[in-house]
This record gives sequence, structure tokens and C-alpha cells, in this order.
Amino acid sequence: MNLNLTLIGQAISFAIFVVFCMKYVWPPIISAMRERQAKIAQGLADAEQGEQRRAEAEQEITGLLQDAKTQAAEIISQAQKRSNEIVEEAKDAARTEGDRIKVAAQAEIEQEVVRAKEDLRKQVGTIALTGAEKILNAEVNPKAHDKILDELIAQI
Amino acid sequence: MATDTETLTASGYIQHHLQNLTFGVHPENGLSIAHGAKEAQEMGFWAIHLDSMFWSILLGAFFIWLFKKGAERATSGVPGPLQNFVEILVDFADGSVKETFHGKNDLIGPLALTIAVWVFLMNLMDLVPVDWIPALATAIGIPYMKVVPTTDVNVTLGMSLSVFFLIIYYSLKIKGVSGFAAELALQPFSSDNKAVKFLFIPVNLLLEGVGLIAKPISLALRLFGNLYAGELIFILIALLPFYVQWMLSVPWAIFHILVIVLQAFIFMMLTIVYLSMAHEHH
Repeated sequence: MNLNLTLIGQAISFAIFVVFCMKYVWPPIISAMRERQAKIAQGLADAEQGEQRRAEAEQEITGLLQDAKTQAAEIISQAQKRSNEIVEEAKDAARTEGDRIKVAAQAEIEQEVVRAKEDLRKQVGTIALTGAEKILNAEVNPKAHDKILDELIAQI
Repeated sequence: MATDTETLTASGYIQHHLQNLTFGVHPENGLSIAHGAKEAQEMGFWAIHLDSMFWSILLGAFFIWLFKKGAERATSGVPGPLQNFVEILVDFADGSVKETFHGKNDLIGPLALTIAVWVFLMNLMDLVPVDWIPALATAIGIPYMKVVPTTDVNVTLGMSLSVFFLIIYYSLKIKGVSGFAAELALQPFSSDNKAVKFLFIPVNLLLEGVGLIAKPISLALRLFGNLYAGELIFILIALLPFYVQWMLSVPWAIFHILVIVLQAFIFMMLTIVYLSMAHEHH
């Protein structure tokens, strides 16, 4: 257990190993670790930010959905109102059209009646004349009696 | 196992196991390998323990090789198994340094890592069964082989004196010569009275000087003592009949796992503490 050169040899190798470790081992490992730490921290921060953005987007979506719903409801109610109006308008139009047709038909009927009366009158005149001819058994000159017949027809 | 100078007795066996492979200039034999403790003693300071140096450099180189490999592959992406392992140890050393040391120093982290891993590896050799490597060495003609470098006081003292040198260097660098001298001379006893303060200087110098010198010595002897004692116990257990050895060697080895890690940690931690003290102003 004597002290000898081993002491100095050990001190020298110690110094060499420490210097080597300081130069080539320590810095790359430490920097890799620091970098990874930074990366992880960044990743966590990003994740948090993403989560926040997602929440914001969700809120926005909810708002948009609500707006869309109210708008849709509004549109539907407007459409209903409009359709009601259209139906009412159509009813009105139909009614007036009906009335008009009715009035026209009545006028036509009246005309028809007048014409039928006229025809009837003429035919009755003719029948009466024929009847009279038969009764009288004589020739009646229609020309000579036109005046009387017309008067008759007018009377009927 | 034993050479000509030692008979195969229990004490001879133990002595053989505690003898380093010493290479140096012997006054009679010239440049040679010492045979026995006496010759090693006679070689004096200018001799070297080839086995201690070989194992300590081998293990240190293994540490550097392994960690360099880990460092080359280091990415900030997903780490591989080696990188994971290396990073755990680097992070451990870095964490220990950050806990205790608050200055800015690029040396102290790698220093702590080197001490922790290297001392651990050297201690780990203690768990290799005591006869394996020495027997192998004897078979190829090497008479002595102590495989645990930290059971050589030269090795531990070599490291602790390097730490001591760093303590002095940083004390002088941070505090300046006068600041360091004041720290040694004006503490722990001080007084507002100038004369009393002056009287306290020798007492303070003695106390602080002893404290300062005690640092490297306690650092070295703590590690050396623990490992030497552990090795000795293993050697003693190895003297028992082979069929009862496991009953003692297994519990001792399991206990020793704790010791080798703890001693490596203590050496690292104390180095950090001493250096952080050297950086602090009072």
C-alpha cells in the first residue's frame, strides 16, 4: 500500500477522461435532451392551443346553427304566410271569375229567352194562319193579310 | 496461485491477493516487476501499479466508448435504448449538479458524470469472483493481478487530489487570492475587535487548513476503505471450503451492490459539494 506513480497516472487518465467527456459526450447528449424538452413543451402548448381553437370553433358552430335554425323558421313562416295569401288571392280571383261567368251566362240565357219568344211568336202566327185557312177553307192571300197577321203576331 | 516467495497458506493467499503488479526500478533488480510487498516497497515512489492502471484505463475507456456511442446517436426525437440509458445517467448527473451547484460551469457536469460512472465501473470489478482474473493472469505468466482499481489507494487518491486541485483552482479563480486567504484566515472565529480578530487568525488557519486538507484525504480514503474492506471480505470468504462459500459470498455480494453504487454516488456528490463551496462567496 505504498504511494507511487500510479497516483499521478490515475490523475492524468482522470483528467483525460473528464476532458473527453466534456468535449464529446456531454454536449450532444445534453443538447439533444434540451431540444427534446423544448419539442415536448412546444407539442403540449400546441395541443392546448388546438384544444382551445376546437372549443372556439364548436362555439361558433353552435352559434351558426342557432342562426340557421331561426332563419329557417322565419323563412318557413314567411312562406306559409305567402301561401295563405296566394290561396286567398286565388279564391278571390275564382269568385270574381265565377261571378263574371254567371252574369254572362244569365245575359245569354235572357237573350236566348227573348229569341225563343220571338221564334215562338212567329210559329204561333204561322200555325194560327194555317188554322184559320183550314177553318175558312178558302185561300187567304198572305200578302193581303200580312198586315193583320203581323198585328196578330205582335199581340201574341 | 502463489509465487516462490509466498507459500500457499491462508495469509500468503491473502497477501498475494492484496499485492499490486508493481513495475519500477528496484535498487537491486533494476527495472522489473516487484515480487512481493517488500520489493514493491523498496521501489519507492517511482513505480507504477500496472494492474490498477490497466483496469482503470480500460474501464474509463469503456465508459467513454459507450457514452460516445450514445452521444453520436443522440437525437431530439425518439431515443433508442442506448441513448435512453446514457440519457438517464447524464440526467442524473446533471440533476445532482443542478441541485447543489448554482454557478455556471461547463466542467462540473461532465466531471460528475465521469466520476459516477467510472468509479461505479471500477467498483463493479469487486463483484467478479476474486480468483477468476488473478488465476487467468497467473496462467499467462502475470504473477499479481488486483482487478479492483478502487482498492488501490493510489487510484482513489489520484482522483481526489485532482478534485482538490480543482477546489483550489476555482477558489482562487472565483474569490481571488485575497478572498480565498480571507476565507481561510478569518473563519470560523471572527470578532469586531481588530486585535482579537488578529489573534484568531492562526486558530482559523489551523482549523480551515485541516478542513481543506481533510477533503481530498477523506474523499480518497472513504472510497478506498469501503472497497478494500469489501475485497478483503471476499478474499476471506474465498478461503472457506468451496461448498459453503456461496452462503457468505452471495449475501455479501448483494450487500456490496449497494456499497459500490453508494460509494460512487458519494464520491460524485462530495465532489460537486466541494466545488460548489469553492464557488460560493462568504
